[in-house]
Amino acid sequence: MALDKPYLDIPGTTIFDADMARKGFHLNQFCMSLMKAENRDAFKADERAYLNHWPMTEEQKQGVLDRNYNRMISLGGNIYFLAKIFSSDGISFQVAASTMTGMSQAEYAQMMLDGGRSVEGNTYKGDNQNG
Amino acid sequence: MARITAGVCTSHVPAIGAAIDNGKTDNEYWKPMFAGYEYSKRWIADQKPDVILLVYNDHATAFDSNLTPTFAIATGEVFESADEGWGPRPVPNVLGHPALASHLAQSVIQDEFDLTIVHNLHVDHGLTVPLSLMFGQPKQWPCRVIPIVVNVVLYPPPLGKRCYALGRALRRAVESFDENLNVQIWGTGGMSHQLQGARAGLINKQFDNDFLDRIVDDAESLSKMPHVEYLRQAGSEGVELVMWLIMRGALNQDVVQKHRFYHVPASNTAVGHLILENK
Repeated sequence: MALDKPYLDIPGTTIFDADMARKGFHLNQFCMSLMKAENRDAFKADERAYLNHWPMTEEQKQGVLDRNYNRMISLGGNIYFLAKIFSSDGISFQVAASTMTGMSQAEYAQMMLDGGRSVEGNTYKGDNQNG
Repeated sequence: MARITAGVCTSHVPAIGAAIDNGKTDNEYWKPMFAGYEYSKRWIADQKPDVILLVYNDHATAFDSNLTPTFAIATGEVFESADEGWGPRPVPNVLGHPALASHLAQSVIQDEFDLTIVHNLHVDHGLTVPLSLMFGQPKQWPCRVIPIVVNVVLYPPPLGKRCYALGRALRRAVESFDENLNVQIWGTGGMSHQLQGARAGLINKQFDNDFLDRIVDDAESLSKMPHVEYLRQAGSEGVELVMWLIMRGALNQDVVQKHRFYHVPASNTAVGHLILENK
C-alpha cells in the first residue's frame, strides 16, 4: 500500500520524505562535503570537475551549477543540506530563500519585516496565493 | 536526588548566532528581539542550573543522509561547535555530563524509548544559539549540557505525543539519579517558518500564539496535533515545534509561566520564547 502523504496539497512546499531522501541522497551527501574548507576550495576552483566525482544525475549537477534551489529541492535536495552550498557562496539563508520565491531580495526582506508571508490563501493548493 | 526545576523554550535561528558573534545585537533590526531575552538572562543567573537537557535538532551537521537517528542522546565530555559552512561559531566548548547522560540513556531505553547513544558530536546552531541567548558571551558556559537530538529534517519527525511521553520518561530518569542536581530542560526550534520553495517566508502569528498558550496549560491535547497541521499552518520547518513537547512532558502538569516573548522576524523565522517553572 502506498504511503499516506497528506502534505502533497500544501502549495509551494516540498516535504523531504523517504522518497525525496532516496532521490536526493548523493546530491545531499555532496553538499555535506562542503563542510570542510579544503573541499570548498576544490569545489570553487572547478565546480564541474568536483561535481563529477559524485554519482549525481546530470540534472542535479546542473541544478547546483545554476544555483537553482527549487530545482535541487525537486530532485531530492533538502534545504539544510543545500545550505552548505549557499554558505560556501557566502550567501545568507534569507537571500537564498528569496531566490526560491520569485521575489527580489529587497522585496523578500521587506515582506519579512512586515510580518512574513501570510498564511491566508497559502495553506492548500488552488488557494488564491498571495504575498 | 536530581530534579527538573524548570523548562525553557526558544527558537534557535542561525542568524541570531551571527548577530551575537558579529556584535550586532544593538542595531535597529536585532535590538527588539534581544530585548525579549533580558529577563531570561537575569532569571538564569539566579537559577544556576547544574545541568541542562538541551533538546534540539541537528541541521545536517553531525548527522547526514547516511545516519538519521530519530532520538539521540550524547554522553560525551566535550562537544565542539561545528563548522556549518562558514567556520565554527566562536563559542566555548560545551561540556557534557557523562554520568547523568548515560544514566538517562540506560533508564529511558528500559522505559520503552530506544534512544540512539552518541558519544561525541559536533554541535551546531540548534544547540549553541539557545545557550548564547540565555547566557550571553561568557568565557565558559556556566553549566553542563546534555544534548538530546531529535530528527526533524527527514520526514517524519517523531510524533508530538511520542515527544511528550519522552519528556515524561526523561523526568522519571532524572529523578532516579542519586546526585543532587538542579536540572533544566530546554526545548528549541520553531516557531513558524519555511525556508524553501515558493512559500518560503511563511509566518503564522495566530498559530504560534495558540501554541504558546496551549503548551503551558493544554499540552497533552496539543501533543496530538498531526504533523500535517504543523507543515500546513506553521511552514515546513515549523514542525520543529514538536521538540518543545519533550520539554513540556518533563515538567509538572502545573507550571508557573515566568516569561513569554514573541517576535517577528529573525531572518525567515518567528521567534518564540517561554520560561516555565515547576509549581
